[in-house]
Parts: sequence; structure tokens; C-alpha cells
Amino acid sequence: MNRWSYIIMRVLQVIPTFFVVMALVFFMVRLLPGDPTSAILGERATEAMIARGNKELGLDKPLIVQFGVFVGHFFQGDLGDSINLKVPVFRLILERMPVTLFLTLYASVLAVLLAVPLSFVAALRRDTGIDSAIRGMFQIGLSMPVFYIGLQLLTILGARWRLFPIGGYGETFFEHLWYLFLPALTLGFNLAAILMRNLRAAILEVLQSEYVDFARAKGLRSSLILGKHVLRNAVISTVTLFGLNIGGLIGGAVITESVFAIPGVGRLMVDSIFGRDYPVIQGLTLTFAVLVSLTFILTDIVHAQLDPRVEVT
Amino acid sequence: MNPQTATTLLELRDLRTVFHTARGALTAVNGVNLSLHEGEVLGLVGESGSGKSVTLRSILRLVRPPGKVSGTVLWRGTNLLELPESRLRKVRGGEISMIFQEPMTALNPVLNIGEQITETLQEHTNLSSQDRNARATELLELVGIPSPKERLKDFPHQFSGGMRQRAMIAIALASNPKLLLADEPTTALDVTIQDQILKLLLRLKDTLGMGVILVTHDLGVVAQTCDRVAVMYAGRIVEVAPASELFAQPRHAYTLGLLNSVPGAQSTRRPLIPIPGAPPNLANLPPGCPFSPRCPYVTNACKLEQPALQAISSTRLSACIHFDRLEPVNAQPPPEVQP
Repeated sequence: MNRWSYIIMRVLQVIPTFFVVMALVFFMVRLLPGDPTSAILGERATEAMIARGNKELGLDKPLIVQFGVFVGHFFQGDLGDSINLKVPVFRLILERMPVTLFLTLYASVLAVLLAVPLSFVAALRRDTGIDSAIRGMFQIGLSMPVFYIGLQLLTILGARWRLFPIGGYGETFFEHLWYLFLPALTLGFNLAAILMRNLRAAILEVLQSEYVDFARAKGLRSSLILGKHVLRNAVISTVTLFGLNIGGLIGGAVITESVFAIPGVGRLMVDSIFGRDYPVIQGLTLTFAVLVSLTFILTDIVHAQLDPRVEVT
Repeated sequence: MNPQTATTLLELRDLRTVFHTARGALTAVNGVNLSLHEGEVLGLVGESGSGKSVTLRSILRLVRPPGKVSGTVLWRGTNLLELPESRLRKVRGGEISMIFQEPMTALNPVLNIGEQITETLQEHTNLSSQDRNARATELLELVGIPSPKERLKDFPHQFSGGMRQRAMIAIALASNPKLLLADEPTTALDVTIQDQILKLLLRLKDTLGMGVILVTHDLGVVAQTCDRVAVMYAGRIVEVAPASELFAQPRHAYTLGLLNSVPGAQSTRRPLIPIPGAPPNLANLPPGCPFSPRCPYVTNACKLEQPALQAISSTRLSACIHFDRLEPVNAQPPPEVQP
């Protein structure tokens, strides 16, 4: 099987996953206590008012009928309208998604920029003070919740020292980079910790291998040995780990966007859950599912690209 | 040590490699003196753990920490142990190349063979990218890999064991080294391939005029390829002799033990005689001759002090004080000697 048919097959495999996610999210959001109408009308709403509201939204019908309507609309390319914002869900996602994608990508880049050099330093200075310091720092990254790191960065670097904006997204690309630096760092730090732990161990293992000795015996300079022979091998397992953690990154984005007041889908998700905005929750969850699935496929492709021993079948 | 210093390519003087571990210092190479002439094939033999491979790696300073190398490695008048790293890199792969035992682990699995050859050329020559590729093809052809141009793009796992060893030899030969250090190059291969690789090495040695140090524990390989043999035991050289003389009459009790413990090519079958006991702990060597606890010829004198490696004829060195009492190979073991 060639590479292209492999990719097409993998993409087709996403479809059943997609339907399972669709059913799961539809029924699970309805397990949440409360409903959109009471969320909109507030505490003073009477039973009659809620019943009228539910009827307008079609929420009085049996669940299975509602699911049928949801699936039916889906196949017409319609994810429904937001109950609270009164706009099509599809348009909402399209508006907000670039912000979140930018944040996630930015966080990934920062994570890699942190993890790769620090893993090398830690591995090459194994069991020294530097190694311990780096590992200690990342142990903190692993054990602290994302929102807490975010709040600390925000308080110290943003509010007290005024080095970075404390919220918003900016207008141009460079403003995005500037405004999103703290949130991306918050989000990326945890991922960096995961990557670094794996990469450091992988580098240590590769450094022990005989092909590194052989490369030295060939008279190659250390920078070439580390950058080519060691990194190319050490990074293979880390790429898979990176892909597996993209889902976590999106979950982290939901929280980070709330902390930093960034108008991305993460915050939209949180707002929608509080407002019991069923169509938006469903639409976003499906979008996340597709994104994560595509990342997995991409990871497999990159993995096969990096390791010639892997056959794509 | 050798009168013909004019043709001496490499000389080791009091080479010592010590590993400082938590459990004390392990002396893997313990004062080795050895020289190699141009175009000569020198075999370095001994049991596992006798220090053969570490000696080889010490020459190019490839011993990993906590290993520390001291002494002198005189390469064409320069002591490699004192050379700055940048100049040592010119020697590594440029003048002295090394091949390893297991080509599957010594070749980088994620780089294709062509890349692994051309990076050496890039380091040691001024060839253009195109010329490097041409040279890489030429090298694969030289070591007998069919359709070399196509195979440059292959990865190590797409080669068979013998082909991988050929590829590694091609890499080592890339910049026409004057000396090839071969660390058990045939041990991981089956016998027919082993034979092909040895013949290849000998042919290349002749065409390229290299010296070769061949580390092996296989005496058959030594008999087939080496001009001279150095026998190592517990980090020391215990006997040096021309290969034919060594096999005819060993002059060290350990060498005799080694020869008696392998099947010969005699018409009559005889029981093999193993060497009793195990090699000594390098962190805690017995006093005197390190082989004395396992030696059937042992006397009190052996246990008093470490016998020095001495010339016993114009061509031979031995560190055995009973070198002239040893039985011929394949004789019955000597009667128990009362210490």
C-alpha cells in the first residue's frame, strides 16, 4: 500500500469515530443538570415560562427525536444556531477557531523550543546541578495545574511588572505573538515538561548507542553528531508523544483562554457549557474530535517519515 | 621496542585505561606496549573482558567516561592522547578508521548509507557534493556491494548482515586511512560471510596499503589473516609473536591454554581442554602474574611479582617465566605442578 492510500484510509477511519462522538456529546450535554431556558431566564422563571421556552427551542420533544433532528441538520451542513448568541454555530466556530489554533500552535512551538535545547543540556550534563535544576523546573510544570501557572504568570509578568498584556488577542500577526505570549507559555509549559522528560531519556539512551561511537570514530564534530545522529533518533518517540498530547493542549486552551480573556473557541466552550448552549457545545466537541483525529494521522505520517524502519501499512 | 622505527606506524607506550567507578578503579588496559608497522596486520586476541576492545578505543580516545586513558599513543610522531579535539578529529576517520563488531548497531538506523558515507567525506575532504556521491558509489563498489548507486539510498535495515559490514568498511575507508582498527568485525556474521569479509579486508589492506589492528577472540580468524599476534590477559599484553610461530609453539601458558581450548584441524579428534576458572576481577588483581590462579605451570615465583613482557627471541615477546617449559599444543595437560 502506498503512502497516499494509507492516508486516505486513515482519514476514512475517522468517520465512525466521528459518529460515536456525535452521539456521545449529544446525550452527555443533556445529562447536565438544568437546561438552556432556565439558564437564560434566570432564577425567577416560572415553570410555565420555562415550558414555553423549551417548546420554542424544540427541547420538549423526546430525546431520540431531537437527536434525529440534530443528525438530519448535520447532513445538510447545519450545526444549528446558538441558543444564547442567536447565530449559526458554524459561523461562531469559524470566527473563533483561528484564535485557538494560533494559540495551540504557538504553545506547541514554545514547548518544542523549550524542550529540545533543555533536554540536550540536561542529558549532556546528566546528574549535575544543571540537570537537576532543569528537571525540577519541569517537575513543577508537570504537577501544577495549567490555570495556576497562568494566573501566576499573569499576576507577576502581566500585572505587577507590566511586561506583557494581561488579556486580549491584538490585531496583526505580531500583536498576536505579543498578546498571546503568556497564554502560549502557560499552555506550552506543561507540554514542554512532558516532551522534555521523554526526550532527555531518549537522548541519554541514544548517546549510549554504538552508532554515536562510530560517528565519533569518523571524526565528525560534536554539533553534527548531536544535531543529526542523536536528535534524529531521539525525537522519534517524542513525536508520537507530542501528537498524543495535542488533545490535552486543546483541553488546556479551554482553561487558558478563560484565564487570559482570549476570544477563542476555548472560552466559547466554557461560556456555552455555563449557558447550556447545547448546539454550540456539540459543534465544538465535534470540531475538537476532528482536529485531534487529524493530529493523530499527521503524527503517524511524521513518525513514518522520521523512522525509515516503519512501514506504513 | 622495535629496531625498525622507520616503518613504525603506531606505537603504544604504557597505555593505561582506568574506569573510576563507585566500587573502585577498574584497570581495563594495564600498561600496554605495542607497535605496528606500515601495511602490517596485527591481531589482538584474548578472552572477553581482557581489554582488547578498550585498547582499540583508547587509541582514538573513544573511551566513554568514567574511563581515563593515559600513557602515549604515538601516531606518526604525534601523541594522540595530547592532541586537541579539533586536530584529533582530523585523525579520526581521516588517518585512522575504526569498524565495529555489530554493524546493525554501529550504523545509524535513520540515515541512509549514502548519507553516512558522504558525511565522512564532507569532514575529511574538499570534494563537492556531486563528487562525494560519486566517491560513495565507488566505495560501495570497492567493498563488493552490487548496484551501489541504487543502494546508497537504502537504510541499514534494508541490508543483510554481511552487506552492512561491507557498508561499514566502505564508510571507514572513505578517506583512505593509513590504519584500520577492526573491533571483532566478523563476530556477528555467519561463517561463510565471515570468510568473505576477512578476504575483503586483506584485499583492501593490500590495495590501499593500510595497517590493520584486528581485535578478535577467534583464533581461526587470527591464523587466517594476521602477520603478528598480541595476546592480552587482564589488561596486559602477555605474548607477542609472528602468527605462524605463535600457533606452532606458544610461549605463554595462557596462550597455550587458549590454543588447547579450541578445536584444531587435526585428523584425529581430541577432547578440548578448557582453561579452568574465570578471568580475574580487574578491580582486584591477584599478586604476581594475573594468570597464575588458573595456570597449570604455576610456581611460587609466579605469585611474587608481575613478570614483565620480555624479548625471548628476535621476533617474540613473552611475559611468562616458564615460557621454555611449556608443552607443545594439543599435548596432554602437564601433571599437577606442586606450588
